[in-house]
Amino acid sequence: MTNQNKTIWQKWKAWVNGEEALLHPDAYIAKRAERKKRSKKKTFNMRRMKENPQVYHFLCVSVCAAFIGILLAVVAELPSFGAAENPTNNEVMERYLEKGMEETGAINFVTGMILDYRAFDTFGEANVLFLAVIGVWMLLQRDRKNFSAEQERECEEDAAIETAESKTILQIGAKYLTPMILLYGVYVICNGHLSPGGGFSGGAIIGGGLILYAAAYGQEKVGAFLTKRRFLTMIAGSLLTYFACKSYSFFTGANHVGYAIPKGTPGEILSAGWILPLNICVGLVVACTMYGFYALFTKGEL
Amino acid sequence: MERLWINYYEAAAVILFGIGFMNLLLQNNLMKKFIGLNIMDTAVYLFLAAKGYIAGREAPILTNGILDAQYYVNPVPAGLVLTGIVVSVSVTAFSLALVQRLYRHYGTWNLDEMIRLAREQEDDGWQM
Amino acid sequence: MADVNWIQNIPFFSIFLAMFCAILSALVRSGRTAQTIHMLMAWMTAILSAVLLGHLVQTGESFSFQMGHFPAPWGNELRAGPLEALMALVFSVVMLLTSTGGQEFVFQDVVPEKQRFYYVMLHALFGAMLALVYTNDIFTAYVFIEILTIASCALILAKGTAQAMVGTTHYLVISLLGSGTILLGISILYSITGHLLFPQLKEAVVQLAAQGQYSFVLLVAAGLLFLGLAIKSALFPFHSMLPGAYQAAIPTASGILSGLVLKSYIVLSIKWIYSVFSIEVMLQIKIMDILFVFGLLGMVMGSLYAMRENRMKRMLAYSSVAQIGYIYMGIGMGSRIGMVAACFHILAHAVTKSMLFLCCGQMVKDSGGKEQIFYLRGIAHKNPLAGIGFTVGALSMIGIPMLVGFISKLYFATASVYAPGKMAAVMIVLGISMVLNAMYFLPSVIAIWTPVRTTEGRQERSWSTPAFGVCMLLFIGLQIALGVCYQPFIRVIEMGIGLLQ
Repeated sequence: MTNQNKTIWQKWKAWVNGEEALLHPDAYIAKRAERKKRSKKKTFNMRRMKENPQVYHFLCVSVCAAFIGILLAVVAELPSFGAAENPTNNEVMERYLEKGMEETGAINFVTGMILDYRAFDTFGEANVLFLAVIGVWMLLQRDRKNFSAEQERECEEDAAIETAESKTILQIGAKYLTPMILLYGVYVICNGHLSPGGGFSGGAIIGGGLILYAAAYGQEKVGAFLTKRRFLTMIAGSLLTYFACKSYSFFTGANHVGYAIPKGTPGEILSAGWILPLNICVGLVVACTMYGFYALFTKGEL
Repeated sequence: MERLWINYYEAAAVILFGIGFMNLLLQNNLMKKFIGLNIMDTAVYLFLAAKGYIAGREAPILTNGILDAQYYVNPVPAGLVLTGIVVSVSVTAFSLALVQRLYRHYGTWNLDEMIRLAREQEDDGWQM
Repeated sequence: MADVNWIQNIPFFSIFLAMFCAILSALVRSGRTAQTIHMLMAWMTAILSAVLLGHLVQTGESFSFQMGHFPAPWGNELRAGPLEALMALVFSVVMLLTSTGGQEFVFQDVVPEKQRFYYVMLHALFGAMLALVYTNDIFTAYVFIEILTIASCALILAKGTAQAMVGTTHYLVISLLGSGTILLGISILYSITGHLLFPQLKEAVVQLAAQGQYSFVLLVAAGLLFLGLAIKSALFPFHSMLPGAYQAAIPTASGILSGLVLKSYIVLSIKWIYSVFSIEVMLQIKIMDILFVFGLLGMVMGSLYAMRENRMKRMLAYSSVAQIGYIYMGIGMGSRIGMVAACFHILAHAVTKSMLFLCCGQMVKDSGGKEQIFYLRGIAHKNPLAGIGFTVGALSMIGIPMLVGFISKLYFATASVYAPGKMAAVMIVLGISMVLNAMYFLPSVIAIWTPVRTTEGRQERSWSTPAFGVCMLLFIGLQIALGVCYQPFIRVIEMGIGLLQ
């Protein structure tokens, strides 16, 4: 039965049943392919537009120009830059600055703000890092789906070339620099409540030191003490510590029950309540994350 | 118009935002697309950082024991920018990992090309 | 400890429980353990939310919960009212049913050593959704939106195929564009109000609107914020990321992404409409009308796209676009009753679409991985439960009485009477859209029930796992329960919206 001498009802029934495709697959595919070609000409969509670059570029540029124009008009109405009477400089900022030291024990008001007043945001932020490293792990860690035997062989060849290479300058440099970088990172983390810095910047410095060491001496050297298991335990452990500290302080704060973390004398290393341990946890998370990114990106292996 | 000169930081920030946006739309190379996104994010941080500044005041870290709000700049935008930067680092790492994986599979940086190849693979699967 | 109000701690507990499980799942060794943790977590959250909902409905109040030692404009805050509690309850129930019913897909399609990471992402996704529902701080919302973005992308790519990667990239680029817009909107709003918490923002915004100060800036800030959320929740012109991503992902993940993740952005936008900008300002700056128009467009265009598809999952993805259009149309009407209808449709679509995706995944699996509808012919005889589930879901989407989809359409129609000047448009588009829904859902339903006469005699039955069966029965029960006893839900939503204002 050809398509022409069917009644409309039969056609409808065939369409519903998908018989067309099953009885005459070749004809169906040919017809569909034809229809596809035809529909491609008619439809006006992004794909068609991109095939005509001039129109597409013109449209994009004009949209962006209009967007910039609107935003510039907004900027022209915004409160003036650097003026003291702007709406942003209100009672919120005053309390952070004037009572911040007394209430959080931190001399660095920004640290006091992000780790005590608005700690929930920062908790989310640490989790974003954790999720990113897990996501990168899901993507790049070698497994049977994303790594063929050929790629495996290529990687081994690369590794062989790398070990044969002599990297004297890099190795000697790394030998002396890495301890200093790590030490500096620890300093920045531990002084987060006293000076510019804190867990995020200090952790990034430590991560940088680890990356330098791995680049000079090979990832196997770092991998010997930072195994997969330890890596995960370290990140999850620091996050759980962060989690426990903050849950305690959120719970006691919200329900107005006893909160017994001494704030110490502002200006000393052991002061500011939870802020120092929190900074150390964040620092560990960031350091592991940075090194994890590097290791997964280069070798697909921790 | 005058205000635009006074608010020159914010003006630069929104122009950068537009440039990032244009990059996102016009570039076909995935790497450049993500660089465009990064420019957009950074523009917003510039905008926020400019919001925190108050002429003639100090950074918000206790100096000389002065506890007076009239002496320091606004710490809130600094905290927001910090959060934003961390988020942007994570997202960038994630997207670059995605790009690496895709490049390994398709051997191209071009998003349209990838979508085309993916469609073709699907259609092959359909015909068998 | 005697004077602790435990009920008020529930929002805090549920968010932190989910985040705790996320961190914990990274440490377990197998995916099965992580699934058990997930089930326990979802059960606990569901029970806690139900308790919270019961309490809030009885007292008829909402409360804000201060996160830490510092009160509102200085510290973070959570807020819970009947609407939030109901959403949390529905999200956790749907999450529980979808992930439990679809666990086999995960164990099949994800590489064994990465299954626990899939669960890390799932837990984080759930925690972030709860945080978006409960939060009372615009910047916290931004941070959790980013968590949600990363987690949803990771769920899509968990399958590990090249198509999944392409789908994820598309999804990621568009989501990040939305986040960037939201962040810019937050910055502009902060620069004219100086606050980040909802109540203080609302006070400042209402004052600015009354004085006519910064009116253009306010319009652009609101525009950017709602543009960002519309991009993230795939309102019509920004829907291009959905089909590819949902088709390539595991059915469980597609169900959760379509049923819950898109909805959490919409719940957030409802909260912003009422507690940041206030409904009067929103109507005054005409953003509601824009949402209304794009909602209408989405309803029609989504269905038209769905009709052209012959792959079942892509069809369901486009149908999501149409349903998101319904919700935005309800929001855009600007009346209380329109908002109630939109909120009810959020529930209806969450329950229905997750079920449809699960059934579709099961049928595709039974047919040997072929997704085209004409290959799925007669598949319902092979696996009757999946077939019945798909049929019930499709009928509900079309709007057959006794099912939940009918109630929300009824309420949309009722709401249009109270929206002056919008009634005709709503009625016409609602009619067209229902006909279109029927036109693409019915052929697939008929196709899956058409018996295939094969030469080898009767087809063998393929039985799904008990978990799938139980979850499917519960889903169908939920459909009918929500479709018959909808009154209490409507009352709770009305109360919740009243308290948001």
